[in-house]
Amino acid sequence: MSFPLLTVTAAVPAVGAVVTAAVPAAQRTTAKYTALLFSLATLVFAAVALVRFDPDGNRYQLTESHAWVKDFGLRYELGVDGIAVVMVALTALLIPFVMLAGWHDADPLEDANPNRRWRPTQGFFALILLVEAMVVLSFEATDVFLFYIFFEAMLIPVYFLIGGFGDRAHAAGEDEAARQRSYAAVKFLLYNLAGGLIMLAAVIGLYTVTAHQLGTGTFSLQEILSARASGKLHIETSTERWLFLGFFFAFAVKAPLWPLHTWLPNAMGESTAPVAVLITAVVDKVGTFAMLRYCLQLFPEASKWATPVVLVLALISIVYGALLAVGQRDIKRLIAYASVSHFGFIILGIFAMTTQGQSGATLYMVNHGISTAALLLVAGFLITRRGSRLIADFGGVQKVAPILAGTFLIGGLATLSLPGLAPFVSEFLVLVGTFSRYPVLGIIATLGIVLAALYVLVLYQRTMTGPVKAGIEGMSDLKARELLVVTPLIALLLFLGVYPKPVTDIINPSVHHTLSDVHKTDPKPALEAKK
Amino acid sequence: MSASSVHSLWTTAAPVADKFPTPHIEYAQLSPVLIVMGAAALGVLVEAFLPRRSRYTAQVGLAAVGLAAAFAAIVALADKGYGSTKAHIAAMGAVAVDGPALFLQGTILLVGFVAIFTFAERRLDPPPSYAGGTPNSRQPVDSFAAQGSAVPGSEQEKAAVRAGFTSTEVFPLLMFAVGGMLIFPAANDLLTLFVALEVFSLPLYILCALARRNRLMSQEAAVKYFLLGAFSSAFLLFGIALLYGYAGTVSYSGISAVIDGTAPMTPALADTTGNDALLLIGLAMVVMGLLFKVGAVPFHMWTPDVYQGAPTPVTGFMASATKVAAFGALLRLLYVVLPGMRWDWRPVMWGVAILTMLAGAVIAVTQTDVKRLLAYSSIAHAGFILAGVIATTPAGISSVLFYLAAYSFVTLGAFAVVTLVRDAGGEATHLSRWAGLGRRSPLVAAVFAVFLLAFAGIPLTSGFAGKFAVFQAAAAGGAMPLVIVGVISSAIAAFFYVRVIVLMFFSEPKPDGPTVAVPSVMTSTAIAVGVAVTLVLGLAPQYFLDLADKAGVFVR
Repeated sequence: MSFPLLTVTAAVPAVGAVVTAAVPAAQRTTAKYTALLFSLATLVFAAVALVRFDPDGNRYQLTESHAWVKDFGLRYELGVDGIAVVMVALTALLIPFVMLAGWHDADPLEDANPNRRWRPTQGFFALILLVEAMVVLSFEATDVFLFYIFFEAMLIPVYFLIGGFGDRAHAAGEDEAARQRSYAAVKFLLYNLAGGLIMLAAVIGLYTVTAHQLGTGTFSLQEILSARASGKLHIETSTERWLFLGFFFAFAVKAPLWPLHTWLPNAMGESTAPVAVLITAVVDKVGTFAMLRYCLQLFPEASKWATPVVLVLALISIVYGALLAVGQRDIKRLIAYASVSHFGFIILGIFAMTTQGQSGATLYMVNHGISTAALLLVAGFLITRRGSRLIADFGGVQKVAPILAGTFLIGGLATLSLPGLAPFVSEFLVLVGTFSRYPVLGIIATLGIVLAALYVLVLYQRTMTGPVKAGIEGMSDLKARELLVVTPLIALLLFLGVYPKPVTDIINPSVHHTLSDVHKTDPKPALEAKK
Repeated sequence: MSASSVHSLWTTAAPVADKFPTPHIEYAQLSPVLIVMGAAALGVLVEAFLPRRSRYTAQVGLAAVGLAAAFAAIVALADKGYGSTKAHIAAMGAVAVDGPALFLQGTILLVGFVAIFTFAERRLDPPPSYAGGTPNSRQPVDSFAAQGSAVPGSEQEKAAVRAGFTSTEVFPLLMFAVGGMLIFPAANDLLTLFVALEVFSLPLYILCALARRNRLMSQEAAVKYFLLGAFSSAFLLFGIALLYGYAGTVSYSGISAVIDGTAPMTPALADTTGNDALLLIGLAMVVMGLLFKVGAVPFHMWTPDVYQGAPTPVTGFMASATKVAAFGALLRLLYVVLPGMRWDWRPVMWGVAILTMLAGAVIAVTQTDVKRLLAYSSIAHAGFILAGVIATTPAGISSVLFYLAAYSFVTLGAFAVVTLVRDAGGEATHLSRWAGLGRRSPLVAAVFAVFLLAFAGIPLTSGFAGKFAVFQAAAAGGAMPLVIVGVISSAIAAFFYVRVIVLMFFSEPKPDGPTVAVPSVMTSTAIAVGVAVTLVLGLAPQYFLDLADKAGVFVR
């Protein structure tokens, strides 16, 4: 039996969570280093998986398969395609930065010492590792039910991260902050739980269909796909549409897609910047990833049937998210609405059903993860320094803290997809991919870029330029730990902006597989078609 | 598909008995019930003849040994194949010894065993301190009234409390209740069913009235439970009479044969067959009696009051074991007696299941008392289990068995946690008092959160495995709309479970908030067992699902 690399990649953070939680209350620093060490070990294993993955090999590689709960048809089946292996690597890459950025976020306040067994620091880092383990498993699962379990179970640690460790820079006072925080946490959980439960009904429906037609019910993606390819499994059109809707609803909540996006600004606004990164850059990616892997592959006909509606919703997300971002007065909520707009691009790329669109969308997931992390983490440093997250409280920061302002600018430029930085490549690919099939939609989507320039540059102008505002004068510049967080992310943005080939090489074969599942081919270029 | 071939899906025919059977009782096969009843009777003697100070130890020991021995007997019977190949009907047609019966009896015994630990807890309530008492005479007390017969607030009660009396008779009462519950799901004729119902109900009525704190509320709960329980017993009995009038027999197989038309025709029978009114009304009344015990809407009214008023250890026991026993009896009735009638009862049960799921979940949202909250949540869960009952497939049976086992331990554990959170007035059950519990006692709050997540059916807990099992069975049995109502009410239910977690972890502790009593090893064990079962059944349910699968065939 070969080395279970994928299991280990997920098990390392899970074990790390337990170990970190067990560190005694007084030894907070030990707990932090323990957690960091485990996240770095995860990164090593994820990197090994990335290297050992052969883009031109089998569709699913490094597979593992064991029976888990026979009665439910649940198998412990792991395997990665090019998309999944990249997403796992992205997750493993971002977590150490999240931890470093949140190094002091969960230190207990000096005056508050209610109980010696209350260990917020240990809890914070253990929960982050737990989220990482579940996200990695949901990327790796090739059994629909296994995926569902982790898709749903990851809500609990995220919920505690939002509700338990809020932003200390809250203008409204401690009580109001606690109230808003628990509101945000509950909203997050209920939206996602409701989505998940609808999906559960669809999961059971899928099992019933396979059990009816194949004799034994299965959730195995590969088994279902091969059974359908050989004609043994035929899902009726109306059934397929219902099942698709059940799955898509859950993913659209998670992604989030307009009009199901309203939990995101609350969750991101009330949580600390590192947790907000965890939510938008890591956890939400499971939603878009799952659209690619499950909606398109399991229900190709229904996906095509739903395409017009999904595309329109994605367009609304793009424009609406960007418009609301322009109007925000709160830095983190601004970034949250920007993310809604960006998720619109990702979903647009997925459902444009072209090679460029889908590989652009996949690349977008990676780039959005890195660029949002860079922008949001620097914003977090900024907010912690000032003790406020209102844009109006800032001004002239670049005069007192030039490095902070500079990194903030680069993060912002990446968010508005400046050529030369990584997000430009993916956004361009998505737009080209969309345009080749739906020119009008492509043109409307371009509006999103224009609006992005507006909200990012206005944000920069208001906070960083101009006269130094009261409360900003003594602001310190980035410290060594913070630079350690930001520099690698910016380097990655630059590198992938100039040379995205290493990532696209891994992604593209998998995108072709997905497209062939949906029986879609790229439209001929317009000129060629005329001949 | 003819009625009889459907019937054979989930039943195996028992060997035909001799025409003139010599009256005999299969003592070995009935040993679990006999052991428990024997231990209960011994407990009464202990109460009568042992000095007061040594009763506690003797009663706890006797009850624990009795239940353990009965469980060993169950395992031995299952090992000999009485759960599958040798399943048959014992005691001259009165009691079935088959897979579902053994599985449910085993579950009830384990639940009872853990319940003993919560009953025997004596460290939570501070010993009564009176100016007149010497410190040496202070005896630790449990959750039960010092003297059940003393009027609340009377001089007699004060004297009893001062003397440090404790109600050790709760242990024999518990044992009698367990004994009745063991017979209930195994009862194979309607009269045995009724007798078993009364045998386990009467001790429960008394137990409900015995709370040490809030005695008036406890007695009110007991009276409500008793009155409504008597009402439902009357329904059941009337239904039995009507069914006897229809079929001329009270035995399950006999009635089933008459319904299927396979019974030999006699002149008396010829008069009544074709008179479906007798059958339908009788059936409806019997089912009503059982739905009352299950706590299904619209027969759920007693649940919140009784759960709130009863001493919490009793509530935990009642909420888990009664449900197991009552669903067992309902399953047997619907699957053995009435499969030929399922076109008549399924639509009704659909309605009941939908109402139960939705009403339980919706009303729970407005609750402010943790015991009432758990009561409404138990109603919603009864609805989920009904969805599995309606499946009328072998998978339906085994999924219900599994759900009952999973659910009962979560419930037991959750109520055990409730006993720990106390203030000067006893248990602090009002939800607002739980604010900030996670700050003050992270471990207790975390354990309760695990139970709540299991109730909510979050993956990797036993609640999810159970819920998935019944929904899968229901969907496969063609009840997809029930599954959809089920997930919707799960989403509603999630709201109030989450609200409690929010309250515990994300609210600031109140300065005058309740304290968490440090329990003795008794309650700790009960809670630990609850957590362990919740996680094991959530992570590795296969062994237990196999067990439930194997047990999923009724003997006819």
